Amino acid sequence: MKRVLIIDDEPLARMVVREYLQDMPGIEVLAECGDGFEGIKAINQHKPDLVFLDVQMPKINGFEMLELLEQQPAVIFATAFDEYAIKAFEAHAVDYLLKPFSKDRLHKAVEKYLGQTPAQSKKQTEQLLESAAMSPGQHERIVVKTGTKVKIIPVADVLYLEADDDYVSIHTKEGSYLKNKTMGFFEQTLDPRQFVRTHRSYIVAVQEITRIDPYEKDAHLAILKSGAKIPVSKSGYVKLKQVLGI
Amino acid sequence: MSSTSSSLKLDWAFAGCGVAWEVLATYVVHSFGFDWYTAGIDGLVSTVLLAAACWLINNNLRYYQPGRGSYINLFIWCLSLAALVMGGSRWLLPLINGQDSYANFLSQSMVIRFFTNFLAIGWMAMISLVWYAQIDHKENEKRKGEAERLARDAELYNLRQQLQPHFLFNSLNSINALIGFKPDEARKMIHQLSDFLRGTLKKDDQQLVPLTEELAHLQLYLDIEKVRFGHRLNTEISCDNLCGKAMLPALLLQPIVENAIKFGLYDTTEDVTISIRGEVEDGYLIIMVQNPYDEKTTRPRTGTGFGLRGVQRRLYLLFARNDLVETHANDDIFTTIIKVPQV
Repeated sequence: MKRVLIIDDEPLARMVVREYLQDMPGIEVLAECGDGFEGIKAINQHKPDLVFLDVQMPKINGFEMLELLEQQPAVIFATAFDEYAIKAFEAHAVDYLLKPFSKDRLHKAVEKYLGQTPAQSKKQTEQLLESAAMSPGQHERIVVKTGTKVKIIPVADVLYLEADDDYVSIHTKEGSYLKNKTMGFFEQTLDPRQFVRTHRSYIVAVQEITRIDPYEKDAHLAILKSGAKIPVSKSGYVKLKQVLGI
Repeated sequence: MSSTSSSLKLDWAFAGCGVAWEVLATYVVHSFGFDWYTAGIDGLVSTVLLAAACWLINNNLRYYQPGRGSYINLFIWCLSLAALVMGGSRWLLPLINGQDSYANFLSQSMVIRFFTNFLAIGWMAMISLVWYAQIDHKENEKRKGEAERLARDAELYNLRQQLQPHFLFNSLNSINALIGFKPDEARKMIHQLSDFLRGTLKKDDQQLVPLTEELAHLQLYLDIEKVRFGHRLNTEISCDNLCGKAMLPALLLQPIVENAIKFGLYDTTEDVTISIRGEVEDGYLIIMVQNPYDEKTTRPRTGTGFGLRGVQRRLYLLFARNDLVETHANDDIFTTIIKVPQV
């Protein structure tokens, strides 16, 4: 018996999936969720085998929800229209349903899932998340988890980022948050006019810098409005000067 | 570029006329038997004074175009300027040449000086009037042309918006769901969707419609969204009899309400109330659209999306004013205020 979860913010959209799944043997619908927060809770609680997931949802979208999970479930996406999402789907051969879809189409997607090993589908989801995160429109905020709570950080609130073992520590006025990503990832996805990687372990929001002081040989220190002192390497200084136009 | 170079050319032409006038005046005074020096000073002083008056009237007309009724004012202006120029000559010239014969000549020539000045100033006023009226007309044409082009763009944009893939496909998906267990509602939704799309297609963007008509069209859109989002979406529309009759450009509110719904519904997981209020005040139709938003995660949208920019642009082209769209964000409520002048 495969256990299924349906996450979509439109009640009728959930109903259609449930109705289509009714006469599929070996499938059991565990629950329906109306947004990403409920989705995270339900996935952690029920550990479903397969999730039907809408992309555009309130507060956090489908991709952001998946990012916050420790274990990636197998996912079949359902979306009406989202250019970037569709590109990401196609690149990674994860099955996706374009609304409105037929019963046959949904059955085909489920059969495709049943034919895969769990490891295969998990890997696909992970790759998909990587490429979805690179798409424009995803960089205005960073979604992190603090304990059981989800925190949405607008990129404009970020002061600087600091490497922290396998994590990146995101520093804001209100405090710092850990995110399971690499410095390279943030360097690539954040707007290079606003954020500069000044050091192997630091990325700084340019508009937060009040002054740059020399420090030892070749190295500098960027002093932020908050008073934080950020190391600037030789090559980081070159990049910083370029962005600041000095 | 071209406008500055053409105004430079005009300045040179003006200066040329001045020189010619001066030479002529000098010659005339000389022909009355005064020496070249006296004649030259006389010509120079009266020409400079006259040029100043001409410049003054030209400049006035650049920024102020008299209406049909106020040509008499312009006439009075020309008369008084001519009198001023004459007075100036009367006062200045005796300082240069104190001979009796010259003083005599001056007082005798005052009347003719006054009339030539008046004619010259009047001529200048006429030319300026025609010139600036023509420039104004050109600018109006340009604005109108741009308004038309933008209306076409807006129509295309609206078309794309309303045939907005997201909205349309999601609506079709809802209909697909309803067919299974509530066929009557599915049918109703198809009719609403059709009426809405038809309304969008047939509207002329230049046309003004009463608010009631615009709201009826919006209601179709809101009803469809309510089927999609169920109990989460509530709407409050208030508009009294008077403001129902007030006119506004067709489909003006659509992008604003779309924005409100999008941000309202996707910025919070709770139930959302979108309110639309209209009132008529001091010759304006004022429409206020409010939606909740989360100030912690969404930056107050100052310039805001293409939708709102489009609305602002449209109002500018129709009424030549930039202050008709306002947005406020506080206490988790985002407010958009639109003012439409009532003619």
